[in-house]
Amino acid sequence: MILLSIVLIGSGAFFLLMGAIGMLRFPDFYTRMHAAGKCDTLGSLLVLTGLACYGGLSLASVKILLIALFIFLTSPTATNAIARAAFKNKMPLWTSEED
Amino acid sequence: MMQPFLLAISLVILFAVLLALYRVIKGPVIIDRIVGVNVIGTKTITVILLTGSLFDRIEFFIDIAIVYALINFIGTLTLSKYFHRKGVEHGRVTQ
Repeated sequence: MILLSIVLIGSGAFFLLMGAIGMLRFPDFYTRMHAAGKCDTLGSLLVLTGLACYGGLSLASVKILLIALFIFLTSPTATNAIARAAFKNKMPLWTSEED
Repeated sequence: MMQPFLLAISLVILFAVLLALYRVIKGPVIIDRIVGVNVIGTKTITVILLTGSLFDRIEFFIDIAIVYALINFIGTLTLSKYFHRKGVEHGRVTQ
């Protein structure tokens, strides 16, 4: 159980770090949002599931899984709302330099 | 054995928070900053729970994490709704 939680928390931290680097490096607003939204959701989900595995079967673990479910539902919703606000206001899309 | 691992993971996530904070400060568009704040909020929830596991006091930290998740979601949604109506144009908020 400890080993499983170590693997889950480590991979979750990897995803969070990669999402932050992608947010730093991508050239456009929409591509940055692509990196931020997905990596953030998956990374925090993995870390929280790993912490629930580490805590064993108790009320605290059930609450952690509830937080994970809440993040799994709300983080894509927030990302979608922000992207819709940008797209409706005609933010320019990124194109490659050769065009 | 588990305590140094949790501490190291917390430091890695805090480094990711620093990278996102650069985007919040430097971001050319107002919506970039909102995305950065949302990302920082999600990372903060994980850091709060990791801290709770680190000190073996996770029952107290869970409620803070729940409230933080709610505030993060509602704040991001409200800001996106506001700028959806008010308009964002080429980096500056239209007057």
